[in-house]
Amino acid sequence: MSEQVVDKRRRLFLTAAATAVTGVGAAYVAVPFLASMNPSDRAKAAGAPVEADISKLELGQLIRVEWRGKPVWILKRSQEILAQIAEETSMLRDVDSNESEQPESCKNTARSIKPEVFLAVGICTHLGCSPTYRPEVAPEDLGADWKGGFFCPCHGSLFDLSGRVYAGVPAPLNLVVPPHEYLTDTRILIGGAS
Amino acid sequence: MSGMLKNALGWADARFPLSKVWNEHLAQYYAPKNFNWMYYFGSLAMLVLVNQIITGIFLTIHYKPDALLAFDSVEYIMRDVEWGWLIRYMHSTGASAFFIVVYMHMFRGLVYGSFKKPRELVWVFGMIIYVALMAEAFMGYLLPWGQMSYWGAQVIVSLFGAIPYVGEDLALWLRGDYVISDATLNRFFAFHVIAIPLVLVILVFMHIVALHAVGSNNPEGIEIKKHKDENGIPLDGIPFHPYYSVKDLVGVAVFLFIFALIIFYMPEMGGYFLEHANFVPADPLKTPEHIAPVWYFTPFYAVLRAVPDKFLGVVAMAGAIIVLFLLPWLDRGVNKSIRYRGPVFKAAIIAFCISFVGLGYFGMQPVTAVGTFFSRFFSIIYFAFFLLMPWYSNIGQDKYVPERLDEK
Repeated sequence: MSEQVVDKRRRLFLTAAATAVTGVGAAYVAVPFLASMNPSDRAKAAGAPVEADISKLELGQLIRVEWRGKPVWILKRSQEILAQIAEETSMLRDVDSNESEQPESCKNTARSIKPEVFLAVGICTHLGCSPTYRPEVAPEDLGADWKGGFFCPCHGSLFDLSGRVYAGVPAPLNLVVPPHEYLTDTRILIGGAS
Repeated sequence: MSGMLKNALGWADARFPLSKVWNEHLAQYYAPKNFNWMYYFGSLAMLVLVNQIITGIFLTIHYKPDALLAFDSVEYIMRDVEWGWLIRYMHSTGASAFFIVVYMHMFRGLVYGSFKKPRELVWVFGMIIYVALMAEAFMGYLLPWGQMSYWGAQVIVSLFGAIPYVGEDLALWLRGDYVISDATLNRFFAFHVIAIPLVLVILVFMHIVALHAVGSNNPEGIEIKKHKDENGIPLDGIPFHPYYSVKDLVGVAVFLFIFALIIFYMPEMGGYFLEHANFVPADPLKTPEHIAPVWYFTPFYAVLRAVPDKFLGVVAMAGAIIVLFLLPWLDRGVNKSIRYRGPVFKAAIIAFCISFVGLGYFGMQPVTAVGTFFSRFFSIIYFAFFLLMPWYSNIGQDKYVPERLDEK
C-alpha cells in the first residue's frame, strides 16, 4: 500500500461538481412551487368573456360590467362630446393612443368601435384605483378648464371622456379599452374578439 | 433543594450550553452603564413581537382566509368570540405599536451613531427586519377584507407592475389572479402567519447575535471595550442581567400602560390605526374616495405620489428605503454620538425628522396642489440628508470625546 496523498484538485472538482448539480436540482424543484402561485385554471376560466346589453343605455349614462373581476365601463356619449374630444389635444399625453392598450378597431380619436359607445376598463393605469365619472363641466374641485372626464381620487390622475390621460399626472397611459365585439346592435361581448 | 437544582443544571450543561448561553447574553453580557430611556425600545420591540405572535395564533383559531368569509369572521371574532375583541385589538394596536417602537429604536441608532463601525451589520440586519415587518404588516392588513384592505393591496401590488418588461407578469403572479381576489387573500394569509414571522424571528436572532458580538453602543458613543479590568470585563460595563433586565421592566410597565389605554379606549385611534373605510366589506367595483395606507407607510407613500411618473415614483419610493441600508457608509463622521457632533449634522438630523414626519402627514391627505408641493419639498430634503451626508457629516467634528464614561 502506497502512502495516501490528498489530491486537492480532484477534491475541489468533486465539490464544485456536486454543488453545481445540487444547484440545478434545487432550481428544478423550485419551479413547481413558484408556478403554483400563477393564476389557477379556475381563475383563468373565470376570466372568460361576458356579455352586456346596452339597449337601455341613455345618453351620458355610464354602466359598469364585471369582467375578470374588474369594472368595465360602458358610456354613451353625445355628438357634442365627440366633437369636443376631437378638438382637445394639447393637454393630453398620448393623443393618438400609440403607447396605450386598445384593440386595433378602437385606435381612433373616440377610442371605440361605434363613436358614441365607449368601453374602458375602469382601472387607473397608475396604481389600479377606479377613477370616478365626472361628466360635469368646470366643477369647483377640478377647475374651470375641466370639460368632463374621469378623475382618479387616489393620486389625482385625469382622463378625458375617451379615457385619454392628461399630461403631468401620475398615470402613464390612457385607460385600457378591453377587447370586445358587437353580437347585435345592442349586445356587446367583452373580452371575446381581438 | 438547591443542591438538587445544581445537579440538574450540571446534568443539562454537560449536554446543552445552557449556562453558557445565559451568561453570554444576559448575566455576563456587559452593557455600558449609561443607557437612557431611548434604550427601552429594543426590548419593547421584542415584547411587541411576542404579543403579535401570541395574539396572532389565537386569531387564526377563528379567522377564515376566504374572500366570502373573511370579513364576517373578523366581525364574528369581535362580537361572538369570548374576549375576541380584546385579542383582535391587541393585535391591530400591536401592529401600530410595533412601528412606533421600531421607529424610535431606529431614531435612537441614528442620533447616537449605533450604526457606525463596528456595528454596520447590526444596522443592516435591523433594516432587513424593518422591511420584513413592512411586508408582514401590509399582508396582514389585507386579511380583514375591508375596502381599505382591498384597495390598499391593489395599489401596492400594482407598484410591481411598474417594473419594465416583467412587471405585469410579476404582479399577476403575486396576486394569482387578474385582480386582488380570494387567491391573493389565501396566499397573503400563508405569508402573514408562517413565512414572514419565521423570517422575522430568525432575523431578530441574528440582530442580537451581531449586537452581542460587538457590544452595545451608548448615548456617549464611547467604546467601553477599550478599557477593561484584569478579568477582561469592561470597566464602564454592567451585566445586562439583573441591571438592564430590571430597568427594562420599568419601560415595559410604562409601555403597557399606554398600550392598554389605546386598546380599551381608542383602538381605532381616530382612523389612524384602523381606517374607517375598512369597516365596509371589500368591493372590487367601487374604489373608496380616498385611499391612504396605514400611518406607518405614509412617508414612503408621499414620496411615491410626489413623483409625476409611475416608474420613477416607484424607484423613488424604493430608493427612500434602500438609502437607509447605506447609512453606515454614508456617514463619514468620526464621532458617533450626536453629543459630540457638529452643528451641521445636528441641523441635518432636525431637517430629516421634520421632512419624515411631514411626508407622513401629507401621505395621509388627499391629493392637493399644496400637498404635492410639500411632498416634493420634503422628499428632496429626505434624499439630500442621506446623499449629501458624505460631505457634511464630518464638518465640526473637532469636539473632544472622553475616553471613559465618567470623565468630565
